[in-house]
Amino acid sequence: MTTQVRFQYCVIQVKHALLIFGAAIAGQLSCFCTQAARAQVSAPQQSGKITATLPGMGPPVMDSPIFAHVLLDQFEGRTSGPNNELRWDGESWIGTDMNKLWLKSEGFSSKTTVSDGDHEALYDRPIPRMRYFDAQVGVRADLDSGPRRAWAAVGIEGLSPYFFQFAPTLYIRDGGNVAGRLTGSYDLLLTQRWIVQPEAELNFYSKDDPARQVGSGFSDLDTGVRLRYEFSRKFAPYVGFAYSGKYGNTASYSRQAGETTSDPRFVFGCRLWY
Amino acid sequence: MYTDRRNITRRLPPISRRRFVQGLAVGGTVAALNWGGWPASGEATPHTPQTLSGKHFDLSIDSLPVNFTGRRSVATAVNGSVPGPILRWREGDMVTLAVTNRLKVPASIHWHAIRLPADMDGVPGLSFPGISPGETFHYRFPVVQNGTYWYHSHSRFQEQTGLIGPLIIEPRGKDPVEFDREYVVFLSDWTDTNPETLFSNLKQQSDYYNYHRLTLPSFFSSVKKKGMGPTIADRLAWAKMNMSPTDILDVTGATYTYLLNGNALNANWTGLFQPGERIRLRFINGSSMTAFDVRVPGLPITVVQADGNDVEPVTVDEFRINVAETYDVIVQPQNNAAYTIFAQSQDRSGYARGTLAPTMGMTAAVPAMDPVPMRTMVDMGMGNMKGMKMGDMAGMDMSGVDGMTKKDMPASSKDAADKQGMAGMKMDRQGMTGMDMSSNSAKQTGREGPQGMAGMEMGSSTGTIPFPQPGPNTMPIVSMSEVETKNAEAHLKPSNTVHMQVGPQVDNLPMQVSERLNDPGIGLNDNGRRVLTYADLRARYRGVDGRPPTREIELHLSGNMERFIWGFNGQKFSSAEPIELKLGERVRILLINDTMMEHPIHLHGLWSELENGHGAFNPYKHTINVKPAERLSYLVSADTPGHWAYHCHLVYHMEAGMFRTVVVS
Repeated sequence: MTTQVRFQYCVIQVKHALLIFGAAIAGQLSCFCTQAARAQVSAPQQSGKITATLPGMGPPVMDSPIFAHVLLDQFEGRTSGPNNELRWDGESWIGTDMNKLWLKSEGFSSKTTVSDGDHEALYDRPIPRMRYFDAQVGVRADLDSGPRRAWAAVGIEGLSPYFFQFAPTLYIRDGGNVAGRLTGSYDLLLTQRWIVQPEAELNFYSKDDPARQVGSGFSDLDTGVRLRYEFSRKFAPYVGFAYSGKYGNTASYSRQAGETTSDPRFVFGCRLWY
Repeated sequence: MYTDRRNITRRLPPISRRRFVQGLAVGGTVAALNWGGWPASGEATPHTPQTLSGKHFDLSIDSLPVNFTGRRSVATAVNGSVPGPILRWREGDMVTLAVTNRLKVPASIHWHAIRLPADMDGVPGLSFPGISPGETFHYRFPVVQNGTYWYHSHSRFQEQTGLIGPLIIEPRGKDPVEFDREYVVFLSDWTDTNPETLFSNLKQQSDYYNYHRLTLPSFFSSVKKKGMGPTIADRLAWAKMNMSPTDILDVTGATYTYLLNGNALNANWTGLFQPGERIRLRFINGSSMTAFDVRVPGLPITVVQADGNDVEPVTVDEFRINVAETYDVIVQPQNNAAYTIFAQSQDRSGYARGTLAPTMGMTAAVPAMDPVPMRTMVDMGMGNMKGMKMGDMAGMDMSGVDGMTKKDMPASSKDAADKQGMAGMKMDRQGMTGMDMSSNSAKQTGREGPQGMAGMEMGSSTGTIPFPQPGPNTMPIVSMSEVETKNAEAHLKPSNTVHMQVGPQVDNLPMQVSERLNDPGIGLNDNGRRVLTYADLRARYRGVDGRPPTREIELHLSGNMERFIWGFNGQKFSSAEPIELKLGERVRILLINDTMMEHPIHLHGLWSELENGHGAFNPYKHTINVKPAERLSYLVSADTPGHWAYHCHLVYHMEAGMFRTVVVS
């Protein structure tokens, strides 16, 4: 298979997985919504009870509508002279304040391979008693040029005190494989529109997976700092510096394959959301 | 608008007339890299919405191409005008309004703070189903009050797109306020952005429109001013809560163009005067999200009416008007000179401007906006400020709030240890019969009477007639002695304790809430000008319902800024029960603002008598601005049955859940 065909195959697989999971979640969501709507419509007909809306009328305000957003946090070229690769890291969500479907996708694409392809579909709900954190549960699919893997995922995501975006996630798959990921970022405002964002992603694995060149323990780090200019909130080109490092057995696999374990690069890209 | 009061003619507008509200714009593009302020808007000559007066009105709601910003956009207009025409009613008249919806979506018009039968209130879902496309709805009700009001859509975000307009009700007798000339000054905020998109943006990023956020340079300038230690401590305190001291308004001049009578800055709305004249300016804040700080540099401002009710004249240099409030003021320029009406948004991200001048074309200097204000720890409910009366410690679970509700309430002292006060509560019927009603009853014909006191049977389930608006000829329906009032207060049924917890819908619980009626508000302290406060508002006429309240209802204004969820007591409308009031009862509503933002709270259909320490002369309001970490109370006489809307008048807060139904039955 050529790379291109393989990549397309990957994309189809991802789409499949996401569609199935998405449909399941959407079903849940619509179930929630219709239940809520039914409750609101039928409530006034209960005998003798004073209700917030008049019979046969819709509510005076609609405070739980469905919103949808897509954020491409990293959409960038990474270069270290002769070697160029494309990096994407994005997420989207659809749903109400209390029930959302999240889709996340990230990966690297170079001339020959797609690597680190990670795609997740998660049901998201705010955690009671917490101001800014959501719990997320769902599936992760590793879909790229390497062998495919499917994981169950559970994690939290939100804004920790001092304005740190923070998302630890735990993954489990067959054979007792456990993995963990920690992502974090911070926005430092130089001006209202020039913003520096340091960010980091750390991965951990419980067992070696030589086919995917993943070793147990702390396996890899992707970190960077980006300076963006917000022409608007939704369109912010940036330049920056990113560093990818591999550690432990993961580093050994890379060395065996003749790949670097320490990869600093300049990046240029665009942060977009809709 | 200039109205010759002796010769008001009724002019019916052509229905569904489409026209450009303003001429084509000149310049006005956003210079993104050179951020010196928000762009000026489309240039045009000043204009004023036309005035319609009489007893019958034909109104048409339609879309209208407009250009306020230099870009063409589409507004929702009444009779082809944004804001809509000035409606002038007369107290005592039965008015009929045939409102035709020529939009493709349902619409509505709500008569803000007008005392009327609930099915005429114009709130879809509570009063009626709304006005379907192509349909005409006939409003018909007696006008039982006078003053300056306004009207607006109550359907989703239609008020943001322009379905707003002034409403003036002339008193039946002589107007107690003397003036030679009057103008409506209608303030509003306009955006070319679709309100649904705007709302969605706020859900994704709540500070989307805040371009006053703290930056690295502002850190260093603060270090220079306050020193390294305090600056770091201050930043950490805010950051720990994930809150920003520059979070003043959710939607700002980044997207808004501020309008005065529908005129953007360059159009410069101008009102003419002769030197020496007393000019009555009827300020109405018809914005969706913007509180304005208003002044007329060079002229003292005498406030004579607030929210349609006359107040004892109080002279100031400046006043804050939050969304949906109205203030009538008198200015009296003596010189043959022009004066600027300057209304800067509370967050200083923009302003609306008009001119008072002896001749057209004269202008005066436009002042620079004040510095961007910063919230303090007091706003977060975490600190004291000198000159401020502090309440009890509310505690993190707020269980202490119940205990504090009856303490240091401005209008009622709880020191009465006398426990035999229930006699006072039976006063209502006795007080009624003891009154000489003959002077008023002659005019009464059911609901149509302007001062409906006849047949008043408070507390009974039938035949309740709304209390009249206080005026020169009204008498208190029930008056109690001070001792009786104290006795009644002692037996006041306290509110159910509200247990607040942080969570997805509640991001802040103030450690300390305080009475802030003497506080003009953020950005207005120590600015060298005399600024109106709520404590200054003293009703010109004694309140008509002298009964003390029989119970208290405690409500926390709550929200999660980051998630852009708002509500009362930590609940959105959709998950909350209605607030039930018994027809005829008098209650105290106690508002505690747990959030970091001001909320103008509006109760439909009933007056809100703000307890600001003036006792029987507490002012009647319809929209009460509650500052962050503020605790205030007001009394409500539940004299009109029905389902009434009760909400924050910031339209995106309302639609995000800060809404309750109040059912009077």
